[in-house]
Amino acid sequence: MENTVVNLLNEPLVAINLGLSGFADNLEVQDVEVVRVDWAPSAGGDQEMIDILDSLL
Amino acid sequence: MASGYIVRKNQYYDSLFLMGVNKRILDRSGVTQSAVLMGSDTNKALLADIGLDLAGLKGAGPNDLVVAVVADNQQVVDETLNQFDQILNAGIAPRAKTTLHTLQDGLASRPNANLAVISLPGEYAAGEARKAIESGLHVFLFSDNVSIEDELELKKLAAGKGLLVMGPDCGTSLIGGKGIGFANAVRKGKIGAVGPSGTGLQEFTCQVHNAGQGISHAIGTGSHDLSDSIGGLTTFAALDALEADPGTEVIAVISKPPGPKTLAKLIARFKSSQKPVVACFLGVEQSALEKDTGFFPANTIDCAVDISLRVFGGELPSLNGHDWDELQRSESSEWSGEQRYLRGLFAGGTFCYQSQQIMHQAGLQVFSNSPLEKKFGLEHPEKSREHSVVDMGDDFYTRGRPHPMIDGTWRSQRILSEARDSSVSVLLLDFILGHNASLDPVGDLLESIIEAKRIARERGGFLSVVASVCGTDGDLQDLELQIKMLREAGVIVFQSNASAVSFCTELIKRRK
Repeated sequence: MENTVVNLLNEPLVAINLGLSGFADNLEVQDVEVVRVDWAPSAGGDQEMIDILDSLL
Repeated sequence: MASGYIVRKNQYYDSLFLMGVNKRILDRSGVTQSAVLMGSDTNKALLADIGLDLAGLKGAGPNDLVVAVVADNQQVVDETLNQFDQILNAGIAPRAKTTLHTLQDGLASRPNANLAVISLPGEYAAGEARKAIESGLHVFLFSDNVSIEDELELKKLAAGKGLLVMGPDCGTSLIGGKGIGFANAVRKGKIGAVGPSGTGLQEFTCQVHNAGQGISHAIGTGSHDLSDSIGGLTTFAALDALEADPGTEVIAVISKPPGPKTLAKLIARFKSSQKPVVACFLGVEQSALEKDTGFFPANTIDCAVDISLRVFGGELPSLNGHDWDELQRSESSEWSGEQRYLRGLFAGGTFCYQSQQIMHQAGLQVFSNSPLEKKFGLEHPEKSREHSVVDMGDDFYTRGRPHPMIDGTWRSQRILSEARDSSVSVLLLDFILGHNASLDPVGDLLESIIEAKRIARERGGFLSVVASVCGTDGDLQDLELQIKMLREAGVIVFQSNASAVSFCTELIKRRK
């Protein structure tokens, strides 16, 4: 189904969490399906390199 | 004084987790200062602030963990750094290691995902949000320090795809009864809400719940959304969605003053709404709104709750006719002659703002680090003068430190320093419960409150402490217990900031 704002309000949340693990914990406590991503800056955090990689992907 | 540091290459952790690790180091005997940070340029500047020689840190990058300790002697420094793994691991919950390292990995694992929740450092947040939108995901963007240009671009990109960007700097949303970020356990119902302020939405939704009604959705927009630079892109998308949502019957908008152009557009949008709209613009002159018809203006969050409840035949218990006389007489009777000022110390920025509005309307001049008007700005956030209210969630306090909703350390210290000021008669506080907040917000400050009252007593006076508690009976922190702890410590407790401030405006006028 198309992911419109009205659909977001009326369908079960399925979340991808990037960052604070507490946010994922609290969504899980509320029975929300959460994918935890163990995120770290790509290219060793080199912003110029990140931008180049993003443009290639 | 001795100091030292270690660098762990390619060990990345989120900032909140590292703040918890840092607190455990600071709690060790002999440690005077410490920092546990990723080695980004911004963080290296913070390390310079604590007086560390940065020469050895040049090779540390954003993926490298830096641990710095300043202590009474070198033995404490060495022991702390040698035991760092134990200190670090004490905070890691046992969980299966994930193999997902990018947004794309996450999407591949759950192709039916509909929301990205992003709380990464600001410098990376916009890039990941852009990828999420391009992948067809709505975004809850907690991160701040995202530029206005990036915010505008993200919101335009999302609008073109029919997606919602809640944020950046979005603290709270409730979608279909599920709280994202800092949100409370609130029953589902027919009242929808939209707003840029996390604590504003928390206060509104908690009061609706506590009055027996419920929330369909509360959509956080991010703190800059109603500026004229952004033009309310998320707010308008949220209003459209709530208007179309069959489960929403009334829509409340809670905000500080929008930009003038955006305010005019919003008012026009309210008038065309097929559902009643309640608009609470804190700090906007009510006479400017009252001449308009087609929506319901509210001058406080309590008033917005009351009007929303009336759509369903309910109402918020009125403060009018409350007999506070005896309580105020007994509190003020023990003040010394020099005690004459109120000091408010807030975790919630909206509470700080609303407090000033109510106090100004009551004829009190109040200073703040986040003032309604520039002329009432404090010269330094740490130095109160006359009546002052301080937003302790402001950047000044949260740069490299946890927010006061999570950690009461700095507010505890400030309570004591205000108590040592012999001109202070009333201390006004807020306590915010809910997901992601401290598990014991009252417990975090209780010792300081009791000590503050003792300090005033010892000086021959009396310190009145007034608090508002924002929470519901479903919150993890046990609302009833939190209130009981405050009352047993002699604190006068209200379940809304507006009522606590209204009480204070009368109380403070009883000075001798």
